[in-house]
Amino acid sequence: MSALESHGHDHHGPAKGLMRWVYTTNHKDIGTLYLWFSFIMFLIGGSMAMVIRAELFEPGLQIVEPEFFNQMTTMHGLIMVFGAVMPAFVGLANWLIPMMIGAPDMALPRMNNLSFWILPFAFALLLSTLFMDGGAPNFGWTFYAPLSTTYAPSTVTYFIFGVHIMGASSIMGAINIIATILNLRTPQMTLMKMPLFVWTWLITAYLLIAVMPVLAGVVTMMLMDIHFGTSFFSAAGGGDPVLFQHVFWFFGHPEVYIMILPAFGIVSQIIPTFSRKKLFGYTSMVYATSSIAFLSFIVWAHHMFTVGIPLAGELFFMYATMLIAVPTGVKVFNWVATMFKGAMTFETPMLFAVSFVVLFTIGGFSGLMLAIAPVDFQYHDTYFVVAHFHYVLVPGAIFGIFAAVYYWLPKWCGNMYDERLGKLHFWISFVGMNLTFFPMHFVGLAGMPRRIPDYALQFADFNQVASIGAFIFGATQWLFLFIVIKAIRNGKKATAEVWDNPEGLEWTIPSPAPYHTFSTPPEVK
Amino acid sequence: MLSKAIPWIRLVIGSFLFFTVSARAEWEVNMTPGVTEVSQQVYGLHMIIFWICVAIGVVVFGIMFWSIIAHRKSLGVKPATFHESTLVEIIWTAIPFVILIAMAIPATSALIDAYDTSESDVDIKITGYQWKWHYDYLEEDVSFFSNLTTPADEIYNRATKNPNYLLEVDEPMVVPINKKIRFLVTANDVIHAWWVPEIAVKKDAIPGFVNEAWTIIPTPGIYRGQCAELCGKDHGFMPIVVEAKTQADYDIWLADRKEAAAKERELRDKVWTLEGLMERGEKVYATNCAACHNADGSGIPPTFPALKGSAIATGPIEDHIKIVLDGKPGTYMAAFGPQLSPVELAAVITYERNAWGNSKGDFIQPIDIANMQAAE
Repeated sequence: MSALESHGHDHHGPAKGLMRWVYTTNHKDIGTLYLWFSFIMFLIGGSMAMVIRAELFEPGLQIVEPEFFNQMTTMHGLIMVFGAVMPAFVGLANWLIPMMIGAPDMALPRMNNLSFWILPFAFALLLSTLFMDGGAPNFGWTFYAPLSTTYAPSTVTYFIFGVHIMGASSIMGAINIIATILNLRTPQMTLMKMPLFVWTWLITAYLLIAVMPVLAGVVTMMLMDIHFGTSFFSAAGGGDPVLFQHVFWFFGHPEVYIMILPAFGIVSQIIPTFSRKKLFGYTSMVYATSSIAFLSFIVWAHHMFTVGIPLAGELFFMYATMLIAVPTGVKVFNWVATMFKGAMTFETPMLFAVSFVVLFTIGGFSGLMLAIAPVDFQYHDTYFVVAHFHYVLVPGAIFGIFAAVYYWLPKWCGNMYDERLGKLHFWISFVGMNLTFFPMHFVGLAGMPRRIPDYALQFADFNQVASIGAFIFGATQWLFLFIVIKAIRNGKKATAEVWDNPEGLEWTIPSPAPYHTFSTPPEVK
Repeated sequence: MLSKAIPWIRLVIGSFLFFTVSARAEWEVNMTPGVTEVSQQVYGLHMIIFWICVAIGVVVFGIMFWSIIAHRKSLGVKPATFHESTLVEIIWTAIPFVILIAMAIPATSALIDAYDTSESDVDIKITGYQWKWHYDYLEEDVSFFSNLTTPADEIYNRATKNPNYLLEVDEPMVVPINKKIRFLVTANDVIHAWWVPEIAVKKDAIPGFVNEAWTIIPTPGIYRGQCAELCGKDHGFMPIVVEAKTQADYDIWLADRKEAAAKERELRDKVWTLEGLMERGEKVYATNCAACHNADGSGIPPTFPALKGSAIATGPIEDHIKIVLDGKPGTYMAAFGPQLSPVELAAVITYERNAWGNSKGDFIQPIDIANMQAAE
């Protein structure tokens, strides 16, 4: 009903009632759905992290058994990666890309609806395993065979189909984004005039299309091994457990850039606004992002330095990985140069963006250390790795998403959020996050393996610090929910520009953004 | 259920009393330099890279924080208008490139050293099992399993934890000092990783593959490590202990081991009583079976079935022997035939049929197990 029919009419408002959300093909509605879905997943995945940190608060087994602990680490990883971070970025893309390029909607609105609405089913499949005999997947989010095939709980099949549906959703989302960006830009907007958020998402979408089928392939091979008697990954049948890791990480490494490139774009939008100065080195930002995307395809085996690949392979992947530091460095230098000699203010989005630059760079440094193969023999599969990827994902991806929500929320709902509470949310998150993940560097270097439910006594102190930090960080996210709801319900009315002379087409339309925008292409200078 | 609530109460109180409850351990923040030439080389590389990162961080964050302090709107500054410079972009692309090349050179040579497993003096085959290690001295007729010895009481906080909590085993790997030892690393079920930080050796143990690594340990001592690849339920409970001894002490240890193996073979041929098998069986059960089936035979259903009153343990003994020897495909139940000696197998089967209220009263002799295995 409603949304479809209203296309031909003059009254361009959303349909009434709950079915509006089921049938909607409007990019703003679908963006909202994605963002709420992602936040629910963030809370579910986060509560699993709380269970993990509670168990690791002290040596010994206190709260959960090892079997359940493994289910928690696995589900936490899967839900945060596929349920929280990726849908949040797709939600932002839905809301922002049409408004940034002057398009009336996404290019493929019905597919847009489908790509969102299959996601709840994927996660219902995945989460339902928690209540089944045998329990949820317990083989880590990297699900290495044969632990995830021959030795997996019977619920692994639900996990496989869940991943398939998530993959289909991501591929449809990516196709839609590419089609929108390439076809629906307002005529004067050349590629090199696109906002960086649009650029980073365009590149991300290509990465998604390239690697999600690889993920689908690897879980299908698992399915065949488990149910149809093949032996892709079973050494006993002539298969190769290491093949699994090559295929998985050929997906997995581009995947980590899928989770960070859109955040690069967000930060590149926010820092210029609050520095009151144009982004430094726009062109080099585009080239750096493309280089990172290209390099992401030829570094996968740096996750496998200890599996016994030959010396030549080891050297190649070490050098290629170190190379990523060059374009990443260029991006960081450009952000710093944008702030340099600006006239800065520090509203909540800027606080998150600045801490993104600092903390993501720290994660980059530990990444560079991990790239050095002989030293990686000591780091690999320890908490040092856990610290590294949480430093790039929490203050990287998650802080990027927070920054984006604070920055564009007034445009979405028409009201300013409570700046005082927003800053409070930032500072507690900042302290909590560092308290959680910085000590993990120390216990990792001191020799604590990852994914263990209990540990030797010398790791006790820093684990306790990390757990306290995690509880602080976790609890603070309810404050975020409160701030967002408060802003949606009421608050100071936002102007069309919202901020001090920001750049971009989305600031030329009123706040809140009307249900339909840019029915005719806008002018771009 | 107060007993269920106690861990939570401790957690909450502990969060508040954090600094008072945690006086027991050191605040170690860095990697061990270790004891071998390779481990010290690795440590040196680690520190060089760390300080390079610190230096870059100081410069970049220094400029950034200076801007944050000096270039604020509240100070009344006017923003500059520059937004690109090809020269600057080239410079800050080139400088990191040069730094990376400087880092790659020592890293390459360290890696080449770590890969040179030629001309070894002692070869030890390491096999990862769920959840224990097996060591096989290829030149000697010596092989054994190495199991965690930390008691369940310590793990479940019913007893005070000893200093080597979770890092202690019944039979450590023993190696001579100043000899090149080659490790041949593989696995029997899932992927494990054999890691001892102080000798900087971490190698994945993969079923169907044999990976190589090596070390020369210059000083006698005990070096502890853990499995580093998620391998299932008890991944956190399969430590590694390497004991480095002088050649003389190592030779004595080898002789002892061989004598013990000979004794075990003699035991196989003697006629055992039910009591004798039960006594031995309790120990074997505690080491090999209790992790899944529990010390009291109650299991962790549904994944790990109870043995107390089970159809297998109270049914025909032939079925019981078969499942212990050959395992049950598609489940966690491993084939223990190749892992345990005939004495251990007979003892543990007998124990399972006559403990915790199971009272079949029947038992099997080690020699019968040996004959069954020979017949297959």
